[in-house]
Amino acid sequence: MTPLLKVDGLGKVYPGVVANDRVSFDIAEGEVHALLGENGAGKSTLVKMIYGLVKPDSGHMTLRGVPYAPAEPRAARAAGVAMVFQHFSLFDALSVAENIALGMENPPPMGQLAGRIRAVSETYGLPLAPERLVGDLSAGERQRVEIIRCLLQDPRLLIMDEPTSVLTPQEAEILFATLRKLAANGTAILYISHKLEEIRALCDRATILRLGKVVASCNPREKTAAELAEMMVGTKLATPQRAASETGDVVLEVRGLSLPSPNPFGTSLRDISFSVKSGEVLGIGGVAGNGQDELLAALSGESAASAGAVRLKGQPIGDLGPGSRRRIAVLAAPEERLGHAAAPDMSLTENALLTAAIREGLAARGFLRWPAARAFAEKVIETFDVRTPGPGNAARSLSGGNLQKFVIGREVLQRPEVLVVNQPTWGVDAAAAAAIRQALLNLAADGAAVVVISQDLDELIEISDRFAALNEGRLAPPRPTRGLSLEEIGLMMGGAHDMEVAHAAV
Amino acid sequence: MDLSAINPVILIASLMVAATPILLAAIGELVVEKSGVLNLGVEGMMITGAICGFAAAVETGSPALGFLAAMIGGAALSMIFGLLTQFLMSNQVATGLALTLFGLGLSALIGQGYVGLKPPATDRLDLGPLSDIPVLGRMVFSHDIVIYASLVLVLVVWLFLRHSRAGLILRAVGENHEAAHALGYKVVRIRLMAIAFGGAMAGLGGAYLSLVRVPQWTEGMTSGAGWIALAIVVFASWRAGRVLLGAYLFGGVAVLQLNLQAAGIAVPVELLSASPYLVTILVLVIISADRSRAAVAAPGSLGRVFHASS
Repeated sequence: MTPLLKVDGLGKVYPGVVANDRVSFDIAEGEVHALLGENGAGKSTLVKMIYGLVKPDSGHMTLRGVPYAPAEPRAARAAGVAMVFQHFSLFDALSVAENIALGMENPPPMGQLAGRIRAVSETYGLPLAPERLVGDLSAGERQRVEIIRCLLQDPRLLIMDEPTSVLTPQEAEILFATLRKLAANGTAILYISHKLEEIRALCDRATILRLGKVVASCNPREKTAAELAEMMVGTKLATPQRAASETGDVVLEVRGLSLPSPNPFGTSLRDISFSVKSGEVLGIGGVAGNGQDELLAALSGESAASAGAVRLKGQPIGDLGPGSRRRIAVLAAPEERLGHAAAPDMSLTENALLTAAIREGLAARGFLRWPAARAFAEKVIETFDVRTPGPGNAARSLSGGNLQKFVIGREVLQRPEVLVVNQPTWGVDAAAAAAIRQALLNLAADGAAVVVISQDLDELIEISDRFAALNEGRLAPPRPTRGLSLEEIGLMMGGAHDMEVAHAAV
Repeated sequence: MDLSAINPVILIASLMVAATPILLAAIGELVVEKSGVLNLGVEGMMITGAICGFAAAVETGSPALGFLAAMIGGAALSMIFGLLTQFLMSNQVATGLALTLFGLGLSALIGQGYVGLKPPATDRLDLGPLSDIPVLGRMVFSHDIVIYASLVLVLVVWLFLRHSRAGLILRAVGENHEAAHALGYKVVRIRLMAIAFGGAMAGLGGAYLSLVRVPQWTEGMTSGAGWIALAIVVFASWRAGRVLLGAYLFGGVAVLQLNLQAAGIAVPVELLSASPYLVTILVLVIISADRSRAAVAAPGSLGRVFHASS
């Protein structure tokens, strides 16, 4: 039987980087095929070539035995190839129906399209109202928009780039059910993910990329997650070790914190209360857009709350700004690396100065102490194994994982008593993620109170002592992580109730 | 002071004439900004259109050819901006400001031989019996074709943006150019077309000043009309209907304050002269006071440099 898509010797070179080097594999109809690899292994470049966004330098592809070389995504879509992006290609200010119409070649009139959206969303158990503004949707719902946009075109091959990174476990289950149903109908699925367990549960075959080359091909069901990880990385992975830590007195206390959202697409915080002891890691989970950014802003001092809502060792600090909080050792590292945690076009030294000037004494009488700043940046680079030619390089030039190590390391080395981080390992490969988690655990072992806000549940289970879930700006009471199952955590995170109903109705 | 000297019929008729250049420039800029490009060169394109139109009309004796030349001139100037910002990735704010300065200088150069000349008169559009209706006929049915065209244009732009597929794509490009690119839309090409349209409309508006409203050529005759058009787009929350309202409000207050000055009202002249700007901006700010909706209205990629990375 001829495979649906055959990729033969595909290559792509960017200045200084070989993104893909003679990559070959094939996908059969109705097959769920995983593409595995670390960040920078060339997965994204490969699927972009299949989707017509990037032109390969060498090699060729055949689709159902016919030569296939899409010049642009439109040609790929016409040939029956659809793609759901990792970073959604959606338009906040447009409605669901308008967004879907933009992704179609010959969209029917809006009224008719709304009917078809409803029909497809019911068939696959993905409820979605066509007239809603995308900016008002949750991440899971946004993904549904992307998926339905693809399904309306009757694709033969559906490419999914990290689809579950923003979903609750229940939402992910529903997605898997949809994908299995699609595969049963003969649609091939090319599935990219870091999450090995879900690949083992879902995929029939896996192609593993490392540094742009295919290094292995296997049936993921016959391998353990650890074996898959080793194939990806090429070496054994160290899992973070937790020292038996003693928790001390309450350091950070949040009581009745309510904060209206500053922007129309944000989430308001509603009556949030929790406390963190010294030596403790509190994990805060939840689906993106449920108030994570706003909570971080309230804890870091970016948005001022009432003084008594946030307390450090009993002292009210809720109305202090970020600088004043840094002075008393309350530090934070926000989620968005480029533009929030770091200034993209400034050097690492300058970025180090931006948050460490106060605590590390990098400025004196209004003048900057460049040698000290440079030394501090070098210390961060060395301690956290940040791969960069030197502290003079712009933050933008670093890969995501390396910049993340720098951003977290910069705060950790300032000896915080309270450290709040949001998505510390988002989009970071396994080795760098392990290093960052280890640093957070070490920090707690040294007596700091650490708050980790994350959407990666495995991460939270791995490093947090207690777990709480954010849902629509409300925080459920924290519970000890030990003994919590993934299922229970998913229920705490909520947001999947409406979907279960729809799922049952199918 | 003699307020009875102000004739409401003539006031409204001249209001439409006064508002049309700004309306044309603003509706063009609205389309440009909806595609995610901030072109601050409206003033420069207007004055270039004013002299191109004036020169062509004087040389050929045909106002229609003058208006055409104005649109070509404005669009040609805007293509300099398009080339610099879309292909050479220059900063849109700085380039737009430079375009205004360049347009002012270029128009002064072209216009040297045209100072003091009189352009051929632009005919009124013959609307037959409509023009004979008492009062109303004089007020709104005895203008030239450009005024009616500008009103039709507002409607067309609204329909285009709201209900057409091409308009949806244009809005999508302005909202999130990376996503639009990922879907396979030609961001740069769409933006260039929008920029050219904006330039043509600004040029047409400028020519309306030099051929109908004033009508003669003097250096720097747009005197800030392009800037007020830019302001109107923003304060109108990027909506065609509100742009019309803003432009007519501005034109109305501008005409009214001239009449009041002539009538000798006991208000400082400086304050009267500033009143069109103050009133227009005040009214539009009040209309778009709901900040959360205003944030939604602004195109998400407005003014950002697009570089196709993938």
